[in-house]
Amino acid sequence: MKKNLILIILIALTGNFIYGQTNYFTKSGKIEFFSKTVLENNEAINNQVVSTLKTDIGELNFGVLIKSFKFKNALMEEHFNENYMESTKFPKALFKGKITNLKDINFTKKGNYTANISGDLTIHGVTKPITATAQLEVKDKVITAVSAIIVKPADYDIKIPDLVKDKIAKDVSIEININYEVMSK
Amino acid sequence: MKKSIFLILLSFLSYGLLAHDLDSLLNQVSGDEVNYADAAFKSTHVINGQSVMQMHKNHLDFRIEHRFGLISDGIYNFFGLDQSSIRLTLDYALTDWLTVGIGRSSFDKTYDGSLKFRILRQSTGKVNMPISLSFYTDLAAFTRDFSDPTRTNYNSSRLSFVNQILVARKFTDKFSLQLSPTMVHRNLAPTVLDPNDIYSLGIGGRYKITKRMALTAEYFYSIRPPRSSEVYHDPIAIGIDIETGGHVFQIMLTNSPVMFDSGFITGTHNENFFKGDIHLGFNISRIFSFQK
Repeated sequence: MKKNLILIILIALTGNFIYGQTNYFTKSGKIEFFSKTVLENNEAINNQVVSTLKTDIGELNFGVLIKSFKFKNALMEEHFNENYMESTKFPKALFKGKITNLKDINFTKKGNYTANISGDLTIHGVTKPITATAQLEVKDKVITAVSAIIVKPADYDIKIPDLVKDKIAKDVSIEININYEVMSK
Repeated sequence: MKKSIFLILLSFLSYGLLAHDLDSLLNQVSGDEVNYADAAFKSTHVINGQSVMQMHKNHLDFRIEHRFGLISDGIYNFFGLDQSSIRLTLDYALTDWLTVGIGRSSFDKTYDGSLKFRILRQSTGKVNMPISLSFYTDLAAFTRDFSDPTRTNYNSSRLSFVNQILVARKFTDKFSLQLSPTMVHRNLAPTVLDPNDIYSLGIGGRYKITKRMALTAEYFYSIRPPRSSEVYHDPIAIGIDIETGGHVFQIMLTNSPVMFDSGFITGTHNENFFKGDIHLGFNISRIFSFQK
C-alpha cells in the first residue's frame, strides 16, 4: 500500500516535471508596428503580449489587447482605437498557429533554430491565414522568439479614408519579441 | 487504495490547473489595466460650450470659430454670410488633467482666459468609473468702449466669470451625453433689473453617424427672475462634427452669435431659434502635438 502511494506520487511528480517543460508562456511579450510613408511615420509598441507555446505539439498562440498599444502621439493612439481598430468592439487580436517544421527543432537542447509557423491571425474581427518564420533561441528554461510579419490593414477590413491614405502605409510591418518562461503553477 | 485513487485524481487536478490558456492569461493582463472611455466627444467643445473632453498632455488646440449673420436676413445679406462674428482660441494641455486657454472674440472685443481640470475619468477594468467629470472656469473681459460713457465706469465692470461642472457619460461608442451645471457672474448686468449671477444648466450630446462624423446638439437653460429687463432666449445649437486626423470641423446652426462662455450662456436678446433667428457657423479645431 505504501509502495503504491510512493509510486503514484513519483509518477505525479515526474508527470508534472515533463508537462512543465513542454509548456511555455509569457505575459510581457513585445509587439511593435511601423507604418512608414513619405508623409508620416507611425509606430506603436505593446509590452503586454500574451503567448503560449507547447513545444511537444508545436502549438503557438498569441493574444494582444489593442488598447495596450502605446503611441508617442496620444491623439494618434486615440484615433487608432476609435477610428481604425474600434477597440471597444474588437478589444483583442489573436494568432493561433503551429510550428510546421517541429522535427527540426530540439527544445531540450540549447541553441538557435528557425521555426516555420503557419496559422490564423485575427485582427479587427477578421481572420486570415498567415505564415511566418521565427528565430528561436532555446536556453535553460527560457525560449526567446523573434519574428517579423507584414500586415495589410485593407485585408482586415480596416478602412483608411482617402484624406489620410497617403499618411498610413498599405503594408504595416510588425516585429515580435517574446521571452517564454516555463509554465508552472 | 482509496487514498491512492484520491492522489491520482489530485495529480490530474494539478494538470488541469497548469493548463493556463490564452484567454485566462489575456484576462489577467486586461484585469490589471484601466480602460478609459475617452473621446466622449470629438472636440473640447460640444458646439458653443465646453465638452468634458480633455486634451492629452502637451497638445495645443488652435480654434477658429465663426458665426455668420441671421439666415432669415435672406438673399440681401446672402443668408447672413455678409456678417460674421469671430473668435480665436489657443488651448494647451499642461497635463492630461489640466488645460489652460486664452481667447479673443470680436463680440464686445472680449478677451478671456480659462482653466479646465479633469477630476473623474470614465473607465472600466481595474477602476470602474461610470462618468467623466471636469471643472471649467473662465474669466472674460470686454474691451469695447462702455455703452454709457457719462456714467462712472469701473474697469472691474468689464469682467465676467464662468464656473462650470461638466459631467458626461459615453453610453456607447456612438452616443454620449453631458450635463453642465453653470454659474455665470457678471460684474456689470445689463440693467438694475438683471441679476449679476445667472444659474444655468446645459445639456449636450453627440451621436456618431460614421467613425469620423457625429451629430451634436446643445442647450442651456438659465434661471431668470421674471422681472428681467429684456427678452432673452436660451442658446440652442445643433451641429455636425467632422474629424479628419488632427482637424475637427464643427458646422452648426445656432441662435447665438456669441462664442465665449459668459456671453452665450446668459442668452441672446430677441433671437428665438424656433422663430427662425438662426446663424450658420463653424468651428475649426486644429490640434498640434508637442509630445516628445
